[in-house]
Amino acid sequence: MMFAPGNNPAMLQNAGIYGADSIIFDLEDAVSIPEKDAARHLVASALKHFKYPCEVGVRINHISTPWGRDDLECVLASKPDFIRLPKGETADEIKLIDEIISEAEEKHGFAAGSIQMMTAVESPKGLRNAYEMATASPRMMALAIGGEDFVTSLKTTKTKGGRELFTARSMLVFAAREAGVDVIDSVFSDIRDEETFIEEVKLIKELGFDGKSVVNPRQINLVYQVYTPTDKEIEYAQKVLAAYREALERKSGVISLNGKMIDAPMITRAERVLAYAAAVGAYRKEEAL
Amino acid sequence: MINAAGRDIPASIPGYHTVKPYRGPFATQPDGRMAGKKLAAFAPGRQKVLASLEEAIEASGLKDGMTISFHHSLRNGDYVINMMVEAIARRGIKGLTLAPSSFLDNNDKIIPFIEQGVITAVETSGARGKLGKYLTMQTPGKPTIIRSHGGRARAIEAGELHIDVAFIAAPACDRYGNINGVQGPAACGSMGYAMVDAAYADTVVAITDNLVEGMLAPVSIPMTQVDYIVQVDCIGDPKGIASGSLRYTSNPRELLIADMAARVMEYSGYFKSGFGMQLGAGAASAAAGRFLREKMIKQNIKADFAIGGILAPFVELLEEGLVKNMFDVQDFDIRAIESLRDNPSHHEMSCSFYANPHNRGSIANQLDFVILAATEVDVNFNVNVITDSNGVIMGASGGHSDASAGANCTIVVAPLLRGRLPMVIDNVQTIVTPGDSVDVIVTERGVAVNPKRADLLENLKHAGLPLMSIHDLKKIGYEMGGAPAPIKLSDEIVGVVEYRDGTVIDVIRRPVL
Repeated sequence: MMFAPGNNPAMLQNAGIYGADSIIFDLEDAVSIPEKDAARHLVASALKHFKYPCEVGVRINHISTPWGRDDLECVLASKPDFIRLPKGETADEIKLIDEIISEAEEKHGFAAGSIQMMTAVESPKGLRNAYEMATASPRMMALAIGGEDFVTSLKTTKTKGGRELFTARSMLVFAAREAGVDVIDSVFSDIRDEETFIEEVKLIKELGFDGKSVVNPRQINLVYQVYTPTDKEIEYAQKVLAAYREALERKSGVISLNGKMIDAPMITRAERVLAYAAAVGAYRKEEAL
Repeated sequence: MINAAGRDIPASIPGYHTVKPYRGPFATQPDGRMAGKKLAAFAPGRQKVLASLEEAIEASGLKDGMTISFHHSLRNGDYVINMMVEAIARRGIKGLTLAPSSFLDNNDKIIPFIEQGVITAVETSGARGKLGKYLTMQTPGKPTIIRSHGGRARAIEAGELHIDVAFIAAPACDRYGNINGVQGPAACGSMGYAMVDAAYADTVVAITDNLVEGMLAPVSIPMTQVDYIVQVDCIGDPKGIASGSLRYTSNPRELLIADMAARVMEYSGYFKSGFGMQLGAGAASAAAGRFLREKMIKQNIKADFAIGGILAPFVELLEEGLVKNMFDVQDFDIRAIESLRDNPSHHEMSCSFYANPHNRGSIANQLDFVILAATEVDVNFNVNVITDSNGVIMGASGGHSDASAGANCTIVVAPLLRGRLPMVIDNVQTIVTPGDSVDVIVTERGVAVNPKRADLLENLKHAGLPLMSIHDLKKIGYEMGGAPAPIKLSDEIVGVVEYRDGTVIDVIRRPVL
């Protein structure tokens, strides 16, 4: 998920070329107050006129700020794929935005429910209500953690290994999994420090995050590198699924691979490995079949 | 008449010698003999060092209507072109043809001397800034002749560009006239461009701020070719000559283009040990070198030679043993200059050795790969690097058409959009490099292979690149930026673009702005 400032025409024009799965045009932190108005119109215009090869969302200003509603009114007319709310804390906020989106969908003749939503959790209150927010609207597709604000609200500082966010990250994964939505990690803003960035991506992958937010296109390939299953993992996953298919054909209840029992979670994991591999192009389904 | 690049070229052009239309990259064969300088003798005890620029001008026999030359290896730090033209103007000499190997931004200062009639014709590789605009909109009287680096060396050796006096900025020079570019405060590295001027000009004057005692070594331009020497306080500003720090681009779009260009090289079919390459000096080319480096290490592939304007990233390839020998016509940073001075595998070459198409073999013709930038590319793969979107001269032909013709795989890199202007268009404003010699266009939104290279296209299908036709690429740019409006042109020809073999590939007509 790549952030691009909504007030930069060159970035709006080129955001689609870097291979991100998802682009978020930012109207919030990246845009200064005097630029807010221009940015939302630029973003709306870009959404209308440019073709992007991936899903495109807009991070609006919080609905309680003087800009949130104007952001929604302006950009919803151009039908973004999703709206991202910053600093989400309660289910009521989600419901309110859901209603505004519903009205806009009707007004502009878009299919009901076609614009999705996600929210970033940036405070302990938001974390406590994460499940409620994730289930407050059928539009909700993901939760994200906003690391900088979260660390500040904890009265601590960022560490290299991310110890201070360990619990919050894990709790957010629990909430997302219970609610059945995706969970996306925070940005890492020092774009020169590739080593620490890679360590952080490894960590959040192990914790169960579905992906990471990035602030610079240069970070995209690094995320893919970590999330791309190794050849060994792909090979093993293929073998697991082959054994499973064979067992199905034989109508055998017992599945084994090299003398080792294979159970349902292993099959799910194998499918996920291949899905990730296919998503990053390292594996094509037809090659395995 | 319509030439082989599809351009309508007049049968005769006022102020230009006989027009020979472009016929194809290797279609025109030379005849006749090489030109040469007059015989001379230099008795023991004579002195070459003169007291002032004025004395040197006097001694050189420079007269109205003659042709003078300079090299541009001191780049934006050069003081010598402006200094000499000023000194010549003070002596009241007029009607000169100015034929430097190229101009840079700092040469705007010669415009008043064109206005005063000191200079009435220009033959060079290109011009930028106000000078480029001046040569397009006002003109010195005759059309400016634009030549590639190889084409200029060819024209000099063929006698088409006869240099009466070559003024050579010399970073190091001894009292006998031996010159090198690797020592002294204004060290610029290779003297590749000046070597040809020194060998063929009737009179050679070295201008130096570093007159060394005793015999200078190493020697780039030998005393056998140098007539006079003048010592001045300073021949150039080191800051403008070469950048000191090793900087890679961090522009994500340039990195993306570079990554794709390196992948084109990897899958082209020519990426085998023993290959030869030229990487341009642009940001994307330098970055492509870095991506290529990783591939060379991973696949244990080593290059036999690398050529071109040299930058630190290429020096690293040499030092790591990934490139066996490097041949250098020009340097862009201090690391490259130091490498030329210190590394025995880093060799200086003349511009004729580099790219002249009409000698017994130039190294550009032995390339497997070249990565080159472009201002505009058209659907016939023709490349413009000389005029801007208003039709004004703002770039230089450089070695573009030379390396393009010579390489097995010519990769042109360009952003598909600059601001809101599409760069892949129906017809480039000015053809510098014909589409006949361009194989692949790499942009941030797609890669197009010249249909003439079905073999390359087949190889690149496995590279995971966004391959598309050049027409589709153009369409994407037009959809985003709109079709560019044609430029209104007058009938007046202000520039003649020669192909490297001396034929006319295109002309520059004065735009009506």
